[in-house]
Amino acid sequence: MRKKKKFFYLFTGPGFVGILIFVLLPFGDVVKRSFTGAVTGHFTGMKNYQIIFTNQAFVLAVKNTIGFTLVCIPLLVLAGFVTAVLLNGLGGRGRMKSVYLFPLAMPTATIVMVWKMIFYRQGFLNLFLTEMGLRTGLWGEVHRDYLGTEAAFWVLVGSYVWKNLGYTVILWLAGLKGIPAALLEAATVDGAGKWQKIRYMILPSLKGSLYTIVILSFLNSFKIYREAYLTAGAYPHKSIYLMQHLFNNWFVNLELDKMAAAAVCTGGVLMAVIFILQRLWDRNEWDEK
Amino acid sequence: MKNRTGKNIKAGKALKRGLAAVCLLPPALLVLLPIALLLSGSLMDALEMKGYLAPVFGNGEGFISWKLLPDYPSFENYGKLLFGTPQFFILFWNSVKLVCCILAGQMLAAVPAAWGFAVYPAKGSRGLFGLYVVLMLLPFQVTMLSSYLVLDGLALLNTHQAIIFPAVFSTFPVFLSYGGFRGIPPQMLEAARVDGAGEFTLFMRIGLPIGKSGLLSAMVLGFLEYWNMMEQPMAFLEERSLWPLSLYLPEITWGQAGFAFCASVITLIPAVFVFLLGQDYLEQGIIYSGLKA
Repeated sequence: MRKKKKFFYLFTGPGFVGILIFVLLPFGDVVKRSFTGAVTGHFTGMKNYQIIFTNQAFVLAVKNTIGFTLVCIPLLVLAGFVTAVLLNGLGGRGRMKSVYLFPLAMPTATIVMVWKMIFYRQGFLNLFLTEMGLRTGLWGEVHRDYLGTEAAFWVLVGSYVWKNLGYTVILWLAGLKGIPAALLEAATVDGAGKWQKIRYMILPSLKGSLYTIVILSFLNSFKIYREAYLTAGAYPHKSIYLMQHLFNNWFVNLELDKMAAAAVCTGGVLMAVIFILQRLWDRNEWDEK
Repeated sequence: MKNRTGKNIKAGKALKRGLAAVCLLPPALLVLLPIALLLSGSLMDALEMKGYLAPVFGNGEGFISWKLLPDYPSFENYGKLLFGTPQFFILFWNSVKLVCCILAGQMLAAVPAAWGFAVYPAKGSRGLFGLYVVLMLLPFQVTMLSSYLVLDGLALLNTHQAIIFPAVFSTFPVFLSYGGFRGIPPQMLEAARVDGAGEFTLFMRIGLPIGKSGLLSAMVLGFLEYWNMMEQPMAFLEERSLWPLSLYLPEITWGQAGFAFCASVITLIPAVFVFLLGQDYLEQGIIYSGLKA
Protein backbone atom coordinates (compact mmCIF):
# COMPACT_ATOMS: atom_id res chain seq x y z
CA MET A 1 0.00 0.00 0.00
CA ARG A 2 2.78 2.44 0.88
CA LYS A 3 4.57 1.48 -2.29
CA LYS A 4 1.46 2.32 -4.26
CA LYS A 5 1.33 5.76 -2.71
CA LYS A 6 4.96 6.38 -3.52
CA PHE A 7 4.41 5.69 -7.19
CA PHE A 8 1.28 7.82 -7.26
CA TYR A 9 3.37 10.74 -6.02
CA LEU A 10 6.17 9.96 -8.44
CA PHE A 11 3.94 9.92 -11.50
CA THR A 12 1.42 12.57 -10.61
CA GLY A 13 3.62 14.82 -8.50
CA PRO A 14 5.57 16.74 -11.15
CA GLY A 15 2.43 17.72 -13.03
CA PHE A 16 0.72 18.67 -9.79
CA VAL A 17 3.58 20.95 -8.76
CA GLY A 18 3.21 22.76 -12.08
CA ILE A 19 -0.51 23.13 -11.58
CA LEU A 20 0.11 24.39 -8.07
CA ILE A 21 2.55 27.03 -9.29
CA PHE A 22 0.70 28.15 -12.38
CA VAL A 23 -2.93 27.75 -11.40
CA LEU A 24 -3.83 27.04 -7.80
CA LEU A 25 -1.53 29.38 -5.85
CA PRO A 26 -2.08 32.36 -8.16
CA PHE A 27 -5.82 31.77 -8.00
CA GLY A 28 -5.56 31.96 -4.24
CA ASP A 29 -3.79 35.26 -4.70
CA VAL A 30 -6.65 36.44 -6.92
CA VAL A 31 -9.17 35.55 -4.22
CA LYS A 32 -7.12 37.60 -1.76
CA ARG A 33 -6.88 40.50 -4.18
CA SER A 34 -10.60 40.52 -4.72
CA PHE A 35 -10.91 41.78 -1.14
CA THR A 36 -8.24 44.47 -1.40
CA GLY A 37 -7.86 47.76 -3.26
CA ALA A 38 -5.79 47.62 -6.45
CA VAL A 39 -3.48 50.51 -5.69
CA THR A 40 -3.15 50.56 -1.93
CA GLY A 41 -3.38 46.83 -1.31
CA HIS A 42 -5.39 47.46 1.85
CA PHE A 43 -8.23 45.22 2.87
CA THR A 44 -11.46 46.70 1.54
CA GLY A 45 -13.95 43.97 2.32
CA MET A 46 -16.69 43.43 -0.21
CA LYS A 47 -16.17 46.76 -1.94
CA ASN A 48 -14.85 45.28 -5.19
CA TYR A 49 -17.85 43.01 -5.34
CA GLN A 50 -20.18 45.92 -4.77
CA ILE A 51 -18.48 47.82 -7.56
CA ILE A 52 -18.81 45.11 -10.13
CA PHE A 53 -22.42 44.31 -9.34
CA THR A 54 -23.39 47.94 -9.81
CA ASN A 55 -21.25 48.19 -12.95
CA GLN A 56 -23.49 48.42 -16.01
CA ALA A 57 -21.01 46.69 -18.28
CA PHE A 58 -20.76 43.78 -15.86
CA VAL A 59 -24.51 43.38 -15.58
CA LEU A 60 -24.90 43.55 -19.35
CA ALA A 61 -22.10 41.03 -19.90
CA VAL A 62 -23.55 38.61 -17.36
CA LYS A 63 -27.00 38.88 -18.92
CA ASN A 64 -25.66 38.35 -22.42
CA THR A 65 -23.46 35.44 -21.46
CA ILE A 66 -26.29 33.68 -19.67
CA GLY A 67 -28.63 34.41 -22.56
CA PHE A 68 -26.14 33.10 -25.07
CA THR A 69 -25.61 29.93 -23.06
CA LEU A 70 -29.32 29.32 -22.62
CA VAL A 71 -29.99 29.70 -26.34
CA CYS A 72 -27.06 27.96 -27.90
CA ILE A 73 -26.61 24.90 -25.68
CA PRO A 74 -30.13 23.47 -26.09
CA LEU A 75 -29.94 24.31 -29.78
CA LEU A 76 -26.61 22.55 -30.21
CA VAL A 77 -27.65 19.53 -28.15
CA LEU A 78 -30.84 19.12 -30.17
CA ALA A 79 -29.25 19.72 -33.56
CA GLY A 80 -26.52 17.24 -32.68
CA PHE A 81 -29.07 14.66 -31.61
CA VAL A 82 -31.12 14.94 -34.81
CA THR A 83 -27.99 14.75 -36.93
CA ALA A 84 -26.68 11.77 -34.98
CA VAL A 85 -29.95 9.87 -35.32
CA LEU A 86 -30.02 10.54 -39.06
CA LEU A 87 -26.39 9.51 -39.41
CA ASN A 88 -27.01 6.40 -37.36
CA GLY A 89 -29.75 5.39 -39.77
CA LEU A 90 -27.38 5.87 -42.66
CA GLY A 91 -25.12 2.93 -43.41
CA GLY A 92 -21.77 4.36 -44.49
CA ARG A 93 -21.50 7.20 -42.05
CA GLY A 94 -17.71 7.54 -41.86
CA ARG A 95 -17.28 10.16 -44.53
CA MET A 96 -20.27 12.27 -43.50
CA LYS A 97 -19.10 12.26 -39.92
CA SER A 98 -15.74 13.72 -40.88
CA VAL A 99 -17.44 16.46 -42.84
CA TYR A 100 -19.33 17.54 -39.74
CA LEU A 101 -16.21 17.31 -37.61
CA PHE A 102 -14.15 19.43 -39.94
CA PRO A 103 -15.09 22.90 -38.61
CA LEU A 104 -13.44 21.88 -35.35
CA ALA A 105 -10.12 21.78 -37.20
CA MET A 106 -10.58 25.14 -38.88
CA PRO A 107 -8.70 27.91 -37.09
CA THR A 108 -11.07 30.73 -36.14
CA ALA A 109 -8.92 33.34 -37.80
CA THR A 110 -9.32 31.64 -41.17
CA ILE A 111 -13.07 31.40 -40.92
CA VAL A 112 -13.80 34.91 -39.72
CA MET A 113 -13.16 36.40 -43.14
CA VAL A 114 -15.76 34.07 -44.58
CA TRP A 115 -18.28 35.12 -41.92
CA LYS A 116 -17.65 38.73 -42.80
CA MET A 117 -18.20 38.06 -46.50
CA ILE A 118 -21.48 36.37 -45.69
CA PHE A 119 -22.88 38.74 -43.09
CA TYR A 120 -21.76 42.17 -44.27
CA ARG A 121 -24.45 44.56 -45.47
CA GLN A 122 -23.49 43.76 -49.05
CA GLY A 123 -22.68 40.16 -48.31
CA PHE A 124 -23.81 36.79 -49.55
CA LEU A 125 -26.73 36.35 -47.17
CA ASN A 126 -28.36 39.59 -48.29
CA LEU A 127 -27.60 38.70 -51.88
CA PHE A 128 -29.34 35.38 -51.41
CA LEU A 129 -32.33 36.93 -49.66
CA THR A 130 -32.64 39.58 -52.34
CA GLU A 131 -32.57 36.96 -55.06
CA MET A 132 -35.23 34.99 -53.24
CA GLY A 133 -37.34 38.11 -52.85
CA LEU A 134 -37.07 39.10 -56.48
CA ARG A 135 -37.76 35.58 -57.76
CA THR A 136 -40.87 35.14 -55.66
CA GLY A 137 -41.87 38.79 -55.84
CA LEU A 138 -42.52 38.87 -52.11
CA TRP A 139 -39.96 41.44 -51.06
CA GLY A 140 -37.38 43.73 -52.58
CA GLU A 141 -33.69 44.16 -51.97
CA VAL A 142 -32.46 43.33 -48.51
CA HIS A 143 -29.73 45.49 -47.02
CA ARG A 144 -29.59 44.38 -43.46
CA ASP A 145 -26.48 44.79 -41.36
CA TYR A 146 -26.04 41.61 -39.37
CA LEU A 147 -22.87 42.31 -37.46
CA GLY A 148 -23.68 45.76 -36.09
CA THR A 149 -27.21 45.07 -34.86
CA GLU A 150 -29.13 42.68 -32.63
CA ALA A 151 -28.74 40.09 -35.35
CA ALA A 152 -25.09 39.74 -34.31
CA PHE A 153 -26.28 37.55 -31.46
CA TRP A 154 -27.74 35.05 -33.91
CA VAL A 155 -24.68 35.16 -36.11
CA LEU A 156 -22.70 34.17 -33.05
CA VAL A 157 -25.14 31.39 -32.15
CA GLY A 158 -24.95 30.12 -35.72
CA SER A 159 -21.18 30.05 -35.82
CA TYR A 160 -21.10 28.29 -32.45
CA VAL A 161 -23.39 25.55 -33.71
CA TRP A 162 -21.45 25.36 -36.97
CA LYS A 163 -18.19 24.84 -35.13
CA ASN A 164 -19.33 22.40 -32.44
CA LEU A 165 -21.94 20.30 -34.18
CA GLY A 166 -19.44 17.57 -35.12
CA TYR A 167 -18.21 17.26 -31.54
CA THR A 168 -21.73 16.78 -30.27
CA VAL A 169 -22.65 14.35 -33.04
CA ILE A 170 -19.71 12.10 -32.16
CA LEU A 171 -20.76 12.00 -28.52
CA TRP A 172 -24.39 11.25 -29.36
CA LEU A 173 -23.34 8.55 -31.81
CA ALA A 174 -21.17 6.95 -29.13
CA GLY A 175 -24.17 7.01 -26.82
CA LEU A 176 -26.48 5.49 -29.42
CA LYS A 177 -23.97 2.78 -30.19
CA GLY A 178 -23.85 1.91 -26.50
CA ILE A 179 -27.45 0.70 -26.51
CA PRO A 180 -27.41 -3.08 -27.04
CA ALA A 181 -29.23 -3.96 -30.27
CA ALA A 182 -30.46 -7.20 -28.69
CA LEU A 183 -32.37 -5.22 -26.08
CA LEU A 184 -34.17 -3.20 -28.73
CA GLU A 185 -34.98 -6.35 -30.68
CA ALA A 186 -36.38 -7.97 -27.59
CA ALA A 187 -38.63 -4.97 -27.10
CA THR A 188 -39.82 -5.23 -30.69
CA VAL A 189 -40.65 -8.88 -30.14
CA ASP A 190 -42.59 -7.90 -27.03
CA GLY A 191 -44.63 -5.57 -29.20
CA ALA A 192 -43.12 -2.19 -28.37
CA GLY A 193 -43.81 0.46 -30.99
CA LYS A 194 -41.19 2.76 -32.40
CA TRP A 195 -42.07 5.74 -30.22
CA GLN A 196 -42.38 3.56 -27.14
CA LYS A 197 -38.87 2.31 -27.75
CA ILE A 198 -37.59 5.85 -28.12
CA ARG A 199 -39.47 7.09 -25.08
CA TYR A 200 -38.75 4.25 -22.67
CA MET A 201 -35.49 2.74 -23.86
CA ILE A 202 -33.38 4.97 -26.04
CA LEU A 203 -33.84 8.32 -24.30
CA PRO A 204 -33.29 7.05 -20.73
CA SER A 205 -30.10 5.26 -21.68
CA LEU A 206 -28.77 8.43 -23.28
CA LYS A 207 -29.05 10.44 -20.08
CA GLY A 208 -25.35 9.99 -19.36
CA SER A 209 -24.44 11.24 -22.81
CA LEU A 210 -26.66 14.25 -22.29
CA TYR A 211 -24.82 15.39 -19.16
CA THR A 212 -21.49 15.00 -20.90
CA ILE A 213 -22.61 16.89 -23.94
CA VAL A 214 -24.04 19.71 -21.88
CA ILE A 215 -20.81 20.10 -19.89
CA LEU A 216 -18.58 20.08 -22.95
CA SER A 217 -20.87 22.41 -24.90
CA PHE A 218 -20.75 24.74 -21.94
CA LEU A 219 -16.96 24.62 -21.91
CA ASN A 220 -16.78 25.31 -25.62
CA SER A 221 -19.32 28.10 -25.46
CA PHE A 222 -16.70 30.32 -23.83
CA LYS A 223 -14.48 29.98 -26.86
CA ILE A 224 -17.02 31.83 -28.99
CA TYR A 225 -15.19 34.94 -27.86
CA ARG A 226 -12.71 34.40 -30.66
CA GLU A 227 -15.38 34.72 -33.31
CA ALA A 228 -17.05 37.62 -31.52
CA TYR A 229 -13.81 39.51 -31.07
CA LEU A 230 -12.57 38.97 -34.58
CA THR A 231 -15.78 39.90 -36.32
CA ALA A 232 -16.77 42.83 -34.12
CA GLY A 233 -13.75 43.94 -32.09
CA ALA A 234 -13.33 44.66 -28.39
CA TYR A 235 -16.50 46.78 -28.15
CA PRO A 236 -19.13 45.02 -30.29
CA HIS A 237 -22.86 45.69 -30.50
CA LYS A 238 -24.29 45.47 -27.02
CA SER A 239 -26.26 42.32 -27.81
CA ILE A 240 -23.02 40.33 -27.96
CA TYR A 241 -20.98 42.04 -25.27
CA LEU A 242 -19.95 38.96 -23.29
CA MET A 243 -18.10 38.29 -20.05
CA GLN A 244 -15.06 37.50 -22.14
CA HIS A 245 -15.07 41.00 -23.65
CA LEU A 246 -15.38 42.51 -20.23
CA PHE A 247 -12.50 40.52 -18.77
CA ASN A 248 -10.35 41.41 -21.72
CA ASN A 249 -11.15 45.12 -21.54
CA TRP A 250 -10.54 45.25 -17.81
CA PHE A 251 -7.28 43.48 -18.40
CA VAL A 252 -6.23 45.98 -21.06
CA ASN A 253 -7.16 48.87 -18.75
CA LEU A 254 -5.40 47.17 -15.81
CA GLU A 255 -8.51 47.22 -13.62
CA LEU A 256 -7.21 44.23 -11.76
CA ASP A 257 -9.30 44.57 -8.60
CA LYS A 258 -12.54 44.37 -10.58
CA MET A 259 -11.11 41.50 -12.55
CA ALA A 260 -10.25 39.62 -9.38
CA ALA A 261 -13.76 39.97 -7.99
CA ALA A 262 -15.33 38.99 -11.31
CA ALA A 263 -12.99 36.00 -11.69
CA VAL A 264 -13.91 34.76 -8.23
CA CYS A 265 -17.63 35.16 -8.95
CA THR A 266 -17.49 33.53 -12.37
CA GLY A 267 -15.26 30.74 -11.14
CA GLY A 268 -17.58 30.15 -8.19
CA VAL A 269 -20.69 30.00 -10.35
CA LEU A 270 -19.01 27.67 -12.84
CA MET A 271 -17.84 25.35 -10.10
CA ALA A 272 -21.35 25.26 -8.68
CA VAL A 273 -22.80 24.42 -12.09
CA ILE A 274 -20.23 21.71 -12.70
CA PHE A 275 -20.82 20.32 -9.24
CA ILE A 276 -24.58 20.18 -9.72
CA LEU A 277 -24.23 18.52 -13.10
CA GLN A 278 -21.83 16.00 -11.62
CA ARG A 279 -24.27 15.21 -8.85
CA LEU A 280 -27.08 14.70 -11.36
CA TRP A 281 -24.74 12.49 -13.30
CA ASP A 282 -23.88 10.43 -10.23
CA ARG A 283 -27.52 9.96 -9.39
CA ASN A 284 -28.17 8.81 -12.92
CA GLU A 285 -25.39 6.26 -12.56
CA TRP A 286 -27.06 5.00 -9.40
CA ASP A 287 -30.35 4.58 -11.20
CA GLU A 288 -28.68 2.30 -13.69
CA LYS A 289 -27.28 0.04 -11.00
CA MET B 1 -45.99 -13.21 -50.85
CA LYS B 2 -43.31 -13.39 -48.25
CA ASN B 3 -40.76 -12.43 -50.85
CA ARG B 4 -42.71 -9.33 -51.80
CA THR B 5 -43.01 -7.98 -48.27
CA GLY B 6 -39.28 -8.53 -47.95
CA LYS B 7 -38.75 -6.43 -51.01
CA ASN B 8 -41.08 -3.77 -49.71
CA ILE B 9 -39.20 -3.56 -46.46
CA LYS B 10 -35.97 -3.24 -48.40
CA ALA B 11 -37.42 -0.50 -50.58
CA GLY B 12 -38.72 1.28 -47.49
CA LYS B 13 -35.30 1.10 -45.92
CA ALA B 14 -33.66 2.47 -49.02
CA LEU B 15 -36.18 5.31 -49.09
CA LYS B 16 -35.52 6.12 -45.46
CA ARG B 17 -31.80 6.17 -46.09
CA GLY B 18 -32.29 8.42 -49.07
CA LEU B 19 -34.37 10.80 -46.99
CA ALA B 20 -31.80 10.87 -44.22
CA ALA B 21 -29.07 11.59 -46.74
CA VAL B 22 -31.11 14.43 -48.24
CA CYS B 23 -31.65 15.92 -44.78
CA LEU B 24 -27.96 15.67 -43.97
CA LEU B 25 -26.68 17.16 -47.19
CA PRO B 26 -27.49 20.88 -46.72
CA PRO B 27 -25.64 21.19 -43.40
CA ALA B 28 -22.73 19.29 -44.92
CA LEU B 29 -22.66 21.82 -47.76
CA LEU B 30 -22.69 24.64 -45.21
CA VAL B 31 -19.57 23.11 -43.75
CA LEU B 32 -17.79 22.79 -47.06
CA LEU B 33 -18.74 26.13 -48.60
CA PRO B 34 -16.41 28.30 -46.49
CA ILE B 35 -13.50 26.10 -47.47
CA ALA B 36 -14.38 26.45 -51.14
CA LEU B 37 -14.54 30.22 -50.68
CA LEU B 38 -11.11 30.31 -49.08
CA LEU B 39 -9.50 28.11 -51.72
CA SER B 40 -10.97 29.99 -54.66
CA GLY B 41 -10.09 33.34 -53.09
CA SER B 42 -6.49 32.34 -52.58
CA LEU B 43 -6.14 31.51 -56.28
CA MET B 44 -7.76 34.67 -57.54
CA ASP B 45 -6.07 37.48 -59.38
CA ALA B 46 -6.06 40.72 -57.33
CA LEU B 47 -7.94 42.71 -59.96
CA GLU B 48 -10.65 40.12 -60.33
CA MET B 49 -11.16 39.96 -56.59
CA LYS B 50 -11.35 43.71 -56.34
CA GLY B 51 -14.21 43.64 -58.80
CA TYR B 52 -16.11 41.08 -56.75
CA LEU B 53 -15.54 42.73 -53.40
CA ALA B 54 -16.04 46.33 -54.54
CA PRO B 55 -19.70 46.54 -53.43
CA VAL B 56 -18.70 45.69 -49.89
CA PHE B 57 -16.76 48.94 -49.62
CA GLY B 58 -19.11 51.00 -51.79
CA ASN B 59 -22.01 53.12 -50.64
CA GLY B 60 -24.54 50.35 -50.30
CA GLU B 61 -25.22 49.66 -53.96
CA GLY B 62 -25.13 46.16 -55.39
CA PHE B 63 -23.87 43.00 -53.76
CA ILE B 64 -20.77 40.99 -53.34
CA SER B 65 -20.24 38.43 -56.10
CA TRP B 66 -17.94 35.47 -56.45
CA LYS B 67 -16.73 32.73 -58.72
CA LEU B 68 -15.65 29.43 -57.27
CA LEU B 69 -13.54 28.94 -60.40
CA PRO B 70 -11.72 32.26 -60.91
CA ASP B 71 -11.56 33.68 -64.44
CA TYR B 72 -7.91 34.53 -63.99
CA PRO B 73 -6.44 32.00 -61.62
CA SER B 74 -3.00 32.92 -60.36
CA PHE B 75 -0.50 31.81 -57.79
CA GLU B 76 0.65 35.38 -57.40
CA ASN B 77 -0.63 35.64 -53.83
CA TYR B 78 1.11 32.45 -52.78
CA GLY B 79 4.31 33.68 -54.36
CA LYS B 80 4.09 36.98 -52.59
CA LEU B 81 3.33 35.34 -49.28
CA LEU B 82 5.98 32.64 -49.45
CA PHE B 83 8.81 34.60 -51.05
CA GLY B 84 8.03 38.27 -50.42
CA THR B 85 7.05 38.36 -46.75
CA PRO B 86 9.64 37.05 -44.31
CA GLN B 87 7.41 38.12 -41.40
CA PHE B 88 4.99 35.42 -42.38
CA PHE B 89 7.65 32.78 -41.82
CA ILE B 90 8.55 34.14 -38.43
CA LEU B 91 4.94 33.93 -37.33
CA PHE B 92 4.48 30.52 -38.88
CA TRP B 93 7.48 29.19 -36.97
CA ASN B 94 6.26 30.89 -33.82
CA SER B 95 3.06 28.89 -34.13
CA VAL B 96 4.95 25.68 -34.81
CA LYS B 97 7.31 26.27 -31.90
CA LEU B 98 4.53 27.07 -29.44
CA VAL B 99 2.44 24.06 -30.41
CA CYS B 100 5.38 21.63 -30.37
CA CYS B 101 6.69 22.83 -27.02
CA ILE B 102 3.26 22.69 -25.44
CA LEU B 103 2.53 19.20 -26.72
CA ALA B 104 5.96 17.92 -25.70
CA GLY B 105 5.54 19.42 -22.26
CA GLN B 106 2.12 17.86 -21.90
CA MET B 107 3.59 14.47 -22.79
CA LEU B 108 6.06 14.84 -19.94
CA ALA B 109 3.71 16.28 -17.33
CA ALA B 110 0.21 15.06 -18.12
CA VAL B 111 0.73 11.53 -19.42
CA PRO B 112 2.58 10.23 -16.34
CA ALA B 113 0.04 11.99 -14.15
CA ALA B 114 -2.77 10.17 -15.93
CA TRP B 115 -0.90 6.88 -15.41
CA GLY B 116 -0.60 7.69 -11.72
CA PHE B 117 -4.34 8.27 -11.45
CA ALA B 118 -5.21 5.15 -13.43
CA VAL B 119 -2.82 2.62 -11.85
CA TYR B 120 -2.10 3.82 -8.29
CA PRO B 121 -5.41 5.09 -6.98
CA ALA B 122 -4.39 6.34 -3.53
CA LYS B 123 -6.57 7.83 -0.84
CA GLY B 124 -7.78 11.24 -1.98
CA SER B 125 -6.76 10.73 -5.58
CA ARG B 126 -10.40 10.68 -6.61
CA GLY B 127 -10.92 14.08 -5.07
CA LEU B 128 -7.81 15.41 -6.75
CA PHE B 129 -9.04 14.09 -10.06
CA GLY B 130 -12.34 15.88 -9.51
CA LEU B 131 -10.37 19.09 -8.98
CA TYR B 132 -8.56 18.45 -12.26
CA VAL B 133 -11.88 18.10 -14.03
CA VAL B 134 -13.07 21.41 -12.62
CA LEU B 135 -9.82 23.11 -13.65
CA MET B 136 -10.16 21.69 -17.12
CA LEU B 137 -13.60 23.23 -17.44
CA LEU B 138 -12.65 26.72 -16.26
CA PRO B 139 -12.45 29.10 -19.22
CA PHE B 140 -9.33 31.12 -19.90
CA GLN B 141 -10.93 34.39 -18.79
CA VAL B 142 -11.39 33.14 -15.24
CA THR B 143 -7.75 32.16 -14.88
CA MET B 144 -6.40 35.04 -16.95
CA LEU B 145 -5.61 37.28 -13.99
CA SER B 146 -3.99 34.51 -11.97
CA SER B 147 -1.86 33.48 -14.94
CA TYR B 148 -0.90 37.10 -15.45
CA LEU B 149 0.16 37.48 -11.82
CA VAL B 150 2.34 34.40 -11.80
CA LEU B 151 3.88 35.13 -15.19
CA ASP B 152 4.61 38.66 -14.09
CA GLY B 153 6.17 37.35 -10.90
CA LEU B 154 8.40 34.96 -12.83
CA ALA B 155 9.27 37.68 -15.36
CA LEU B 156 7.98 35.55 -18.19
CA LEU B 157 5.55 38.05 -19.72
CA ASN B 158 6.16 38.82 -23.35
CA THR B 159 8.12 35.61 -23.91
CA HIS B 160 6.98 32.37 -25.48
CA GLN B 161 7.29 30.64 -22.13
CA ALA B 162 4.35 32.72 -20.94
CA ILE B 163 2.20 30.80 -23.38
CA ILE B 164 3.90 27.44 -23.04
CA PHE B 165 4.02 26.90 -19.28
CA PRO B 166 0.37 27.44 -18.36
CA ALA B 167 -0.67 25.30 -21.33
CA VAL B 168 1.70 22.47 -20.38
CA PHE B 169 0.00 22.22 -17.00
CA SER B 170 -3.48 22.17 -18.43
CA THR B 171 -5.47 19.26 -17.03
CA PHE B 172 -7.36 18.37 -20.19
CA PRO B 173 -4.64 15.99 -21.51
CA VAL B 174 -4.48 14.30 -18.09
CA PHE B 175 -8.16 13.60 -18.40
CA LEU B 176 -7.90 12.26 -21.96
CA SER B 177 -4.84 10.10 -21.32
CA TYR B 178 -6.56 8.68 -18.26
CA GLY B 179 -9.33 7.54 -20.60
CA GLY B 180 -6.79 5.49 -22.55
CA PHE B 181 -4.99 4.03 -19.53
CA ARG B 182 -7.96 2.94 -17.53
CA GLY B 183 -8.84 0.26 -20.07
CA ILE B 184 -5.71 -1.70 -19.18
CA PRO B 185 -6.63 -4.65 -16.95
CA PRO B 186 -4.82 -4.61 -13.57
CA GLN B 187 -4.21 -8.38 -13.88
CA MET B 188 -1.97 -7.73 -16.85
CA LEU B 189 0.16 -5.35 -14.80
CA GLU B 190 0.17 -7.78 -11.89
CA ALA B 191 1.39 -10.57 -14.17
CA ALA B 192 4.20 -8.36 -15.46
CA ARG B 193 5.18 -7.50 -11.87
CA VAL B 194 5.38 -11.18 -11.00
CA ASP B 195 7.69 -11.58 -13.98
CA GLY B 196 9.93 -8.98 -12.39
CA ALA B 197 9.09 -5.83 -14.31
CA GLY B 198 9.64 -2.56 -12.45
CA GLU B 199 6.96 0.12 -12.24
CA PHE B 200 8.65 2.34 -14.82
CA THR B 201 9.02 -0.58 -17.20
CA LEU B 202 5.29 -1.16 -16.82
CA PHE B 203 4.61 2.43 -17.79
CA MET B 204 6.94 2.39 -20.77
CA ARG B 205 6.30 -1.14 -22.06
CA ILE B 206 2.64 -1.72 -21.24
CA GLY B 207 1.05 1.62 -20.45
CA LEU B 208 2.28 3.64 -23.40
CA PRO B 209 1.76 1.03 -26.13
CA ILE B 210 -1.65 -0.16 -24.97
CA GLY B 211 -3.01 3.13 -23.70
CA LYS B 212 -1.69 5.17 -26.56
CA SER B 213 -5.09 6.03 -27.98
CA GLY B 214 -5.77 8.33 -25.02
CA LEU B 215 -2.58 10.31 -25.27
CA LEU B 216 -2.67 10.45 -29.06
CA SER B 217 -6.15 11.86 -28.95
CA ALA B 218 -4.91 14.39 -26.40
CA MET B 219 -2.21 15.35 -28.87
CA VAL B 220 -4.63 15.71 -31.79
CA LEU B 221 -7.17 17.75 -29.87
CA GLY B 222 -4.31 19.73 -28.32
CA PHE B 223 -2.80 20.52 -31.69
CA LEU B 224 -6.08 21.82 -33.07
CA GLU B 225 -6.67 23.86 -29.93
CA TYR B 226 -3.22 25.45 -29.70
CA TRP B 227 -2.85 26.04 -33.41
CA ASN B 228 -6.00 28.11 -33.04
CA MET B 229 -4.89 29.76 -29.79
CA MET B 230 -5.81 33.44 -29.52
CA GLU B 231 -6.72 34.57 -26.02
CA GLN B 232 -3.43 33.67 -24.38
CA PRO B 233 -1.03 35.30 -26.86
CA MET B 234 -3.32 38.31 -27.10
CA ALA B 235 -3.07 38.83 -23.36
CA PHE B 236 0.53 37.87 -22.70
CA LEU B 237 2.51 38.73 -25.84
CA GLU B 238 2.92 42.38 -26.64
CA GLU B 239 5.68 42.07 -29.16
CA ARG B 240 4.32 41.30 -32.58
CA SER B 241 7.34 39.32 -33.69
CA LEU B 242 6.42 36.75 -31.02
CA TRP B 243 2.83 36.32 -32.20
CA PRO B 244 1.51 33.08 -33.62
CA LEU B 245 -0.17 33.03 -37.02
CA SER B 246 -3.65 32.87 -35.54
CA LEU B 247 -3.25 36.43 -34.25
CA TYR B 248 -1.70 37.78 -37.41
CA LEU B 249 -4.41 36.70 -39.85
CA PRO B 250 -7.11 39.04 -38.57
CA GLU B 251 -4.69 41.95 -38.94
CA ILE B 252 -4.63 41.70 -42.72
CA THR B 253 -6.90 44.36 -44.18
CA TRP B 254 -9.56 43.91 -46.84
CA GLY B 255 -7.39 45.77 -49.30
CA GLN B 256 -5.15 42.71 -49.28
CA ALA B 257 -7.97 40.20 -49.30
CA GLY B 258 -6.22 37.83 -51.70
CA PHE B 259 -3.22 37.79 -49.44
CA ALA B 260 -5.42 37.06 -46.44
CA PHE B 261 -7.06 34.15 -48.24
CA CYS B 262 -3.66 32.70 -49.01
CA ALA B 263 -2.41 33.09 -45.47
CA SER B 264 -5.61 31.45 -44.25
CA VAL B 265 -5.17 28.48 -46.55
CA ILE B 266 -1.58 28.01 -45.42
CA THR B 267 -2.64 28.24 -41.78
CA LEU B 268 -5.31 25.71 -42.49
CA ILE B 269 -2.97 23.15 -44.06
CA PRO B 270 -1.26 21.84 -40.90
CA ALA B 271 -4.62 21.66 -39.12
CA VAL B 272 -6.17 19.71 -41.98
CA PHE B 273 -3.15 17.45 -42.13
CA VAL B 274 -3.42 16.61 -38.43
CA PHE B 275 -7.18 16.28 -38.75
CA LEU B 276 -6.93 13.73 -41.56
CA LEU B 277 -4.10 11.78 -39.97
CA GLY B 278 -5.55 11.74 -36.50
CA GLN B 279 -9.22 11.58 -37.23
CA ASP B 280 -9.77 8.30 -35.46
CA TYR B 281 -7.92 9.56 -32.41
CA LEU B 282 -9.83 12.80 -32.58
CA GLU B 283 -13.09 10.90 -32.40
CA GLN B 284 -11.73 8.70 -29.66
CA GLY B 285 -10.57 11.78 -27.80
CA ILE B 286 -13.99 13.34 -27.98
CA ILE B 287 -15.49 10.16 -26.62
CA TYR B 288 -12.87 9.99 -23.84
CA SER B 289 -13.52 13.61 -22.99
CA GLY B 290 -17.07 12.54 -22.35
CA LEU B 291 -16.17 9.71 -20.01
CA LYS B 292 -16.97 10.09 -16.39
CA ALA B 293 -14.09 10.27 -13.96
